[in-house]
Amino acid sequence: MSDEIEPRDESREIQRREPIGDPGLPEHQYRPQDVDESQARRTERQISAMFLAAALLFVGFCVIYVTVDADTTFLGWSAQNVGFGFTLGTALLLIGVGIIQWAKKLMGDHEIIEMRHPARSSDEDRAEVLGDINAGLEESGIGRRPMIRNSLLTALGALGLPAVFLLRDLGPLPKDQRVTVWKKGMRVVNDVSGMPLKPSDLQVGQLVNGEPAVFFEEDSEGNRVYEGTELLQAKSKAAVIVVRMRPEAIRAAKGRENWGIDGILCYSKICTHVGCPISLWEQQTHHLLCPCHQSTFDLADNGKVIFGPAYRPLPQLPLALDSEGYLIAVSDFPEIVAPSYPELARDQKKLAEKS
Amino acid sequence: MTATPEYVAVENTPLGKKAAGPVGWLDDRLGLAGLAKKNLRKVFPDHWSFMLGEIALWSFVVLLVTGVFLTFWYQPSMSEIEYAGPYTPLNGLEMSQAFQSTLKISFEIRGGLLIRQIHHWSAALFVAAMIVHMLRVFFTGAYRKPREVNWLIGLGLLTLGIIEGFAGYSLPDDLLSGTGLRFVDGLMRSIPIVGSYLEFFIFGGEFPGNEIIPRLYMAHILLIPALLLGLIGAHMLLLVFHKHTQWPGPGRTEDNVVGYPMLPVYAAKAGGFFFIVFGFTALMGAFLEINPVWVYGPYNPSEVTAGSQPDWYMGFVEGAVRVMPNWETTFFNYTWSWNVFIPGVMLLGLMFGALGAWPFVERWITGDQAEHHLLERPRNAPVRTAFGVAGMTMYGVFWIGGGNDIIATKFSLDIYTITWFVRIGIFVLPVLAFMITKRICIGLQRADANSILHGYETGVLERSVDGSYSERHAPLPVNDQFTLTTHDRLPVLEAPVEYDENGVPAPGSRAARARAWAQRFYYDGTVDKPTVEDVDHALEHLSDHDGHPVALGEDFQGVSETGIPRVH
Repeated sequence: MSDEIEPRDESREIQRREPIGDPGLPEHQYRPQDVDESQARRTERQISAMFLAAALLFVGFCVIYVTVDADTTFLGWSAQNVGFGFTLGTALLLIGVGIIQWAKKLMGDHEIIEMRHPARSSDEDRAEVLGDINAGLEESGIGRRPMIRNSLLTALGALGLPAVFLLRDLGPLPKDQRVTVWKKGMRVVNDVSGMPLKPSDLQVGQLVNGEPAVFFEEDSEGNRVYEGTELLQAKSKAAVIVVRMRPEAIRAAKGRENWGIDGILCYSKICTHVGCPISLWEQQTHHLLCPCHQSTFDLADNGKVIFGPAYRPLPQLPLALDSEGYLIAVSDFPEIVAPSYPELARDQKKLAEKS
Repeated sequence: MTATPEYVAVENTPLGKKAAGPVGWLDDRLGLAGLAKKNLRKVFPDHWSFMLGEIALWSFVVLLVTGVFLTFWYQPSMSEIEYAGPYTPLNGLEMSQAFQSTLKISFEIRGGLLIRQIHHWSAALFVAAMIVHMLRVFFTGAYRKPREVNWLIGLGLLTLGIIEGFAGYSLPDDLLSGTGLRFVDGLMRSIPIVGSYLEFFIFGGEFPGNEIIPRLYMAHILLIPALLLGLIGAHMLLLVFHKHTQWPGPGRTEDNVVGYPMLPVYAAKAGGFFFIVFGFTALMGAFLEINPVWVYGPYNPSEVTAGSQPDWYMGFVEGAVRVMPNWETTFFNYTWSWNVFIPGVMLLGLMFGALGAWPFVERWITGDQAEHHLLERPRNAPVRTAFGVAGMTMYGVFWIGGGNDIIATKFSLDIYTITWFVRIGIFVLPVLAFMITKRICIGLQRADANSILHGYETGVLERSVDGSYSERHAPLPVNDQFTLTTHDRLPVLEAPVEYDENGVPAPGSRAARARAWAQRFYYDGTVDKPTVEDVDHALEHLSDHDGHPVALGEDFQGVSETGIPRVH
């Protein structure tokens, strides 16, 4: 840093633009293993011990494989899983640590200096490449014969058509997004037992997860009406919750006054945000909270959104009683259930026209 | 083991005699000696932070190995069957074959549970290591010319890694992953105009359909891993071509790279590290339960568990979706679900767009055309560092949003309050973080300049003849001084030419003004390193002081620059 300034020498001038000159690589530090052969041998023994221990652990893995059965537990864990993982993991760690110790303590540790070169090629190389590209373009005549060029581009562009068409059968076109399996007169049943619900089954403040009765019905040949994927698809729109509140707490909107039975209301269980099933029910406030993104709906106030990212109120299913006194649907949902989609506004109009 | 071994001509060594035949045979056919000559002893610089990318690489290898094992039994089918197996609580339940085969791997295949858990842990580690590696690259300016392309490749790897992770944790078709798919369905539906078509085409009908699991399986084990492998190859090739960046220090300049040769030291260290990553994830798989799908049960669109959480790397998107206000509009007779589209689709696009654009934006601001191979300390680029911390803060606040239900129950807080905290904090906290970080950086720069110009404090107090006390300073060792002053000097900022000599607005003056403004913003407050005159002057002063004869006590001779008492 105490370089003398030699004013007339330009290269020195440039160097002195840096406040501190490069002192160069520090002196090499020798390790104990470099200077003391007994230390080196000791390190060698330590590393070998790690490798041998790893080999033993691998054998231990196989012993566990044939001797420990699936039901055995170890401190409450699956003995197999802990045994396999412990032997495998420890052995691998020992190998890794051993190799790295070898590299750090015994392998040559002289730092090497390699010079860098700019990423770019030389000007001559660049010029030559540009020349080659130019020659290639010239010889192909791509500039002089626009007809060939344009027709080839047209053909390659048209290649996209079959590619797109081939993807058409990935799935059917969107349809029936606005309807569910609910129909006039269909019973609301318990989602686990499939038993129909009577108003007397519900206490004030109670919530029951419901489903349309058709999910538990069989056709004339004894096959279930909805099965497998179809059942899941139907369920993902038709699942409902049935709640009972004090009738005087309910502030039904105009036209909805007769959608409940003695304070029993039925709403879609599927959140209008991104479709999680909602069932976190607060008896006192009549709020229903979605566990996924915390949209909160007021069931006493027509399913209105009172917090969270959902925009549309929770669709309500109008209820009635059949001749045996069980809860039934008056119709399908008058509003569209499940998450919004681009054609929702149009479909909602169609639903409104129908009813 | 000696420092400078006497090299024997290789033809005369035992290895040379033995290997000459095979090497000759191969080189006659492949001609690889030219390539190997350059690369076998290639130099890699050493620093702990260069290991982060390696963790990502090795956890990807662990994923490949364990993933192959899982494919032996996993069945990507959504056909519903009735469960009858060793896990009795689920007996008699209807479930997809995908879920049933996952249970089989977990309970009937010996070691299956371990491999499944290693696979899931390494996936979490893979994304985490990529992100931390990327932060290292960002905060040290390693993405600067000529490495911008590698930065973009890295960004592509991160994107694909996250998608790959999502596809993977959807495959067991349990209640939690089905809920994740339900969310993706809602996300697709929110895409304007084509939403319904995307849903029906990708799910093969209305959600959940019976195609999504086989399709995700194909993407998870073929399409995305192939792309990942290709990009990793390109990433590594560019790394070799550019040679690794290094930290400044004595003897380490922009024109060289100092470190250990690939063969043997670096190969051994990196290879050994693979075993460490594998061993570490194996121990995690042994002792830390992850994704216990049997607890959740099979997917049922009318059920959900409270406290549903995605894997950690999707947490920030989840948070954004949770705290978004409920905007939905209708125009052109279409429904536009901004409440899902903005946080779910646009936010990701913005984030990855901003990350991809940053190196080019920074270069436009600084006008820096030089190649950079020396890493920059975060404090020496205060605005970049502040932007990075602001971005991390935003990510963290979204993350809080993603865990608002867990936070609310664990700390007995009101969930709506947390949501409002996130809604406001997402705009306020990054700005605060920016200002605080920039201040800290500038403070650290001043401290650096100070320690060069005034030396370090020795702990020795002196009393002058007139009775005042001062602490004696001593110059830093020259190696430290050099390391602290290796970074680039600040450019001289010039006001843009707004009018030419005839008073006519100069062409492009608007862009020039914008750039001048950005430049002032970028360099505002940044402390330049000391000049030659500063240092010469300081040296004079310090040596003057040092030369002053002071009798030191018997026991205490002051401390070294690292704070360790000098020997007495």
